[in-house]
Amino acid sequence: MDISMDKGTVSKALKNGAIWGFIVLELIFFSIAGEFMAITDQAFMDIDNMLLLLKQSAPIGIIAMGMTIVMVNGNIDLSVGATFAIAAIVLLDSMTWPIFAGLGDWVIPVSCLLALASGVFFGAINGLIVWKTGVDAFIVTLGSMLGFRGIVFMFNGENPTSHLNWTLVDFAEAEFLGLATASWVLLLVTLAIWFLMARTVHGRNAYAIGNNREAAVNAGIRVGPHMMINFMIIGFLAALSAVVFYAESGSVNPNDGMLYELWVITAVVLGGTKITGGAGNVIGTFGGVLAIQLLRKGLGHIGADTSTVNLVIGLILIAVLFLDRQLNVKGKEELKV
Amino acid sequence: MATLTKQQIGTVLAKQGILIAFAIFMIVFTIANPKFLTMDNLFSVVRSSAILGIMALGVTFVVISGNLDLSVGSMMSFSTIVVLDLHDELGPLLAIPAMFGMTLCLGAFIGFLVGYLRLNSLIVTLGMLSAIHGLTLTYSGGQNMDIADKEGTWFSIFGQGSALGIPMPILIFLGLAAILGIILSKTPFGRKIYAVGGNGTAATFSGIRRARTVFACYLISAFCVATAGLIQASRSLGSQNTVGQGMELEVLAAVILGGASLLGGSGTIFKTVIGVLILGFIQNGLLIMGLEFYVQYVVTWVIIILAVWLDIAAKRGKLWSSIA
Amino acid sequence: MTGKTPVLRLENIVKTFPGVRALDGVSLSILPGEVHALMGENGAGKSTLMKVLGGIHQPNEGQIIVAEEPTVMSGPLDAKAKGIVFIHQELSLAEELSVAENIYLGELPRKSFGRVDWTTLAEKTNAILKKLNVGFDAGTRVGDLSIANQQMVEIARALTVDAKAVIFDEPTASLTDAEKVVLFEVIADLQSQGVGIAYISHRMEEIFKITDRISVLRDGQYQGTLNTAETNEEGVTQMMIGRKLDLSRNVSHHELGDVALEVRGLSCGDLYSDVSFEVRRGEVVGFYGLVGAGRTEIAETLFGLRDPSAGTILIDGQEVKIHSPYDAIERGISLVPEDRKGQGLVLGMNCRDNMTLPQVDDLKAGPFVSDGAEIAIFDQYRDKLDIRTPGWKQTVGNLSGGNQQKIVIGKWLSMHPNVLIVDEPTRGIDVGSKAEIHNLLRDLAAQGYAVIVISSEMPEVLHVADRIVAMYSGRVMRTFTSEEVTEENLIAAISGLGGDQAA
Repeated sequence: MDISMDKGTVSKALKNGAIWGFIVLELIFFSIAGEFMAITDQAFMDIDNMLLLLKQSAPIGIIAMGMTIVMVNGNIDLSVGATFAIAAIVLLDSMTWPIFAGLGDWVIPVSCLLALASGVFFGAINGLIVWKTGVDAFIVTLGSMLGFRGIVFMFNGENPTSHLNWTLVDFAEAEFLGLATASWVLLLVTLAIWFLMARTVHGRNAYAIGNNREAAVNAGIRVGPHMMINFMIIGFLAALSAVVFYAESGSVNPNDGMLYELWVITAVVLGGTKITGGAGNVIGTFGGVLAIQLLRKGLGHIGADTSTVNLVIGLILIAVLFLDRQLNVKGKEELKV
Repeated sequence: MATLTKQQIGTVLAKQGILIAFAIFMIVFTIANPKFLTMDNLFSVVRSSAILGIMALGVTFVVISGNLDLSVGSMMSFSTIVVLDLHDELGPLLAIPAMFGMTLCLGAFIGFLVGYLRLNSLIVTLGMLSAIHGLTLTYSGGQNMDIADKEGTWFSIFGQGSALGIPMPILIFLGLAAILGIILSKTPFGRKIYAVGGNGTAATFSGIRRARTVFACYLISAFCVATAGLIQASRSLGSQNTVGQGMELEVLAAVILGGASLLGGSGTIFKTVIGVLILGFIQNGLLIMGLEFYVQYVVTWVIIILAVWLDIAAKRGKLWSSIA
Repeated sequence: MTGKTPVLRLENIVKTFPGVRALDGVSLSILPGEVHALMGENGAGKSTLMKVLGGIHQPNEGQIIVAEEPTVMSGPLDAKAKGIVFIHQELSLAEELSVAENIYLGELPRKSFGRVDWTTLAEKTNAILKKLNVGFDAGTRVGDLSIANQQMVEIARALTVDAKAVIFDEPTASLTDAEKVVLFEVIADLQSQGVGIAYISHRMEEIFKITDRISVLRDGQYQGTLNTAETNEEGVTQMMIGRKLDLSRNVSHHELGDVALEVRGLSCGDLYSDVSFEVRRGEVVGFYGLVGAGRTEIAETLFGLRDPSAGTILIDGQEVKIHSPYDAIERGISLVPEDRKGQGLVLGMNCRDNMTLPQVDDLKAGPFVSDGAEIAIFDQYRDKLDIRTPGWKQTVGNLSGGNQQKIVIGKWLSMHPNVLIVDEPTRGIDVGSKAEIHNLLRDLAAQGYAVIVISSEMPEVLHVADRIVAMYSGRVMRTFTSEEVTEENLIAAISGLGGDQAA
């Protein structure tokens, strides 16, 4: 009895700490490998480089926070990449709309709000369908991934949508206490979602639903609306991510955000959230986001191209799944079915 | 009594909904545009659906076994690029088996992970989607792949040739559908797939080697993907790295439209073929009406959700209450 | 008992579904401080009655009266608010959450900004846990608790409201004997506080141990209420099935054949160790013991679902290695598993396909499955086992429990196994079908099959088995012949008394 308890604790500690251990490993690996293979003379573990890394983590990281609550809730959202692109277009396009012409720079908050509202709106559509039809979130959002992308193309065909607003760019490039705006947003979002999931009734209910949906229903939790709110949260965060990113870049291609869902889910799963729901936390996800960005950057540092990054990310996702399974196997106790 | 009639309508709608919707759709389009229901157009729909359809056949096996395959799109890009490259290196006679071998290896890898290691197929194939994409890019060096001598190769017959007046892609699609349909519905192996997808534990308790069955389904899926890649390559004789990108969704849409449950244990090849055709006609109809490709995306989305919703509602027998 | 106001009274409840009269004039009253058993075969209407009580279904006729007030229940939450609480058979807990969060699931105390008021939550929870006198605290993760303690969490949940009546639905299904004792203490405690308790169970021993009155349903009709002290098992059974069930001792009249299966010193980790026994053709060997004694695990090892850590298995005198159910079936070992729906059947498949599933490779005409051969097998065993189904195309999920069990048994019989292992053959099966299955198992032995029956019900093993292997804590304590065995020495053996003590 005692031994099995110990095993449980060890594997749990391993799992909780695994992501940070992985990050340390990556840092060591890329620092050493960088000495021999790097294209630049710059050290990998440079403080500026690390700060840049945090900033570059933001677009994926912000969405990943929303994905954490959606996945803990027992759902998944595959449409975040398309929502991201829609919000980006709304942001950039609306700044040029004639009705806002008289606003001057006040158009910025208006456009940001519009972009965020569009994210919430499309999240709500997903949530509403999941709630009202009872169709699995995986299928609904798989469909939306296609449908929302179609809407993206409707704005401007296959052409990019561009608009640079220098005030906005300045804001995006501003730094406060050494951290870029995007980094701050990422940290604030992480904190907010942590608070939501660990401290509020809504967050605790998300775990309850992911764990045992029927029990939650019997306990009077209104599961449908609850899930819809979570889809709205992830929609909002996908839009926020777009606002942060495109404030600076100022141009969006209709294919932008593709495969984001893959990156985001990889980060969340890497961070220890159970695919079946009910378990996971934002701090782990934060680790997952950093780990992925480190990997992308590290591979770039030692001269690998995007194709290698794609390859490695895919294999790492599978490896994590494998490790997770190995850690959860109860050995002899488990039936061979 | 009024509620009973409502319920009956609901049941009929739910059971035959997709066919009814399809019929209405066909009628509207035929009226709107007389070109729609012509022999030429029918032919062109089937031909343009063939590649998607062949992939859907394989995915049907995977879905019935209770798993998913989201990697078929990037796997198709991979096989297309590989066969085009090897065509000039080895000649078509060796290139084709070599490409099939490599694609089957990928399928075997996924089958091993999902079947023997029992990893979640959604995440595994999502990971493989990315990994195979990376593999393809690495293989091609990011370049488009073209056959040097496009005129002088017999390689084009798979995509451009025809027999008995029927284009090869259609023949291959329908031939493969017939063979796989018989395997699925008539052989012990097919029965085992349904058992494994319906209740994997019970299947194991009945002495079925579940891992082996799932593994075989992924091999079949990879075989279909390789065939689709062959046709794609043969048709265009040159290709981008991303030729199959996003196709996993359309394939899955066709399979779901055909009525296979994503929970496993149900679906047939025949229904999948219907699903493929429905999707093909819808896309074609929109195209004839002059709508852009991205409108198809939205329409496909709506149709997938309607199809699954009707399916769920039919099983629960309460379509009306689920709306309210 | 008279003179007290019932906490809960049902008056002439009628509930119809299209084509079925599920409840037909059921009247029932639960008094404060009594434990009132509700019994009936599966399909007798118990669960429909519970759903009516919980407001999931509305009755077509009749009234629910709570403390003399006619009430309409709009749902489980409403019922709870009115003091009617359910403890379900299947635990409805969120494993990742703490005990406190589970107890107040759906009603977590709030502070500003939707925050959980942890202080209040802990205070309230600790007060309840103290009442129950349990050994865990409010912050424990529910997934880390034993099943019995998880059930305590469910009960604690019932105590968050001023419960007037608590309804237990098969609460002991997954409890060990020690855990049952704790549960019964809690029930007694509730009783002494004047709470009325409705207790649904199939287990006669429990019913006679803890209840004051017994009400019986049959085919949706109320059959009557008996004072527990004034009746016995036979009386209740007769009321439930409308006739007598034969549970007399079995005596074999036929000759036993060779040893079909022999097990020597078989061990599997902590689950069981040093188990030896043999089964002859024509013999039914019963395995009896408490839940967790290792019986099912032995069956699973024989069927290749677990690898033994030591010991040998011999079939017809030949040592065999079994690594998978596939191997086991090749060697002629068959298992009718305990969890019929989860392990025995593919519920969405039709009757025939389920029955022929293990031998589908052998029923070929050319490369294809032979329809004719399959239907022939199905017809043969449908007649032989008297399976009631409209036809082979019927989906198995639509059959009754008894018929489903016969499909699973037919699945293995049609392969003519050397050894047939049946784990809890009559769990969740109504009393009428139980007798049929018992007779069937006896017949199989008479036909020369070697049969192993694993059961938690003493009358069942006594009735069907020629020899009984008594297990305690992973060890075989003693093997009885049907002449030697008495209820007393069997209970002594499975409680770890007598024989060599296991740790």
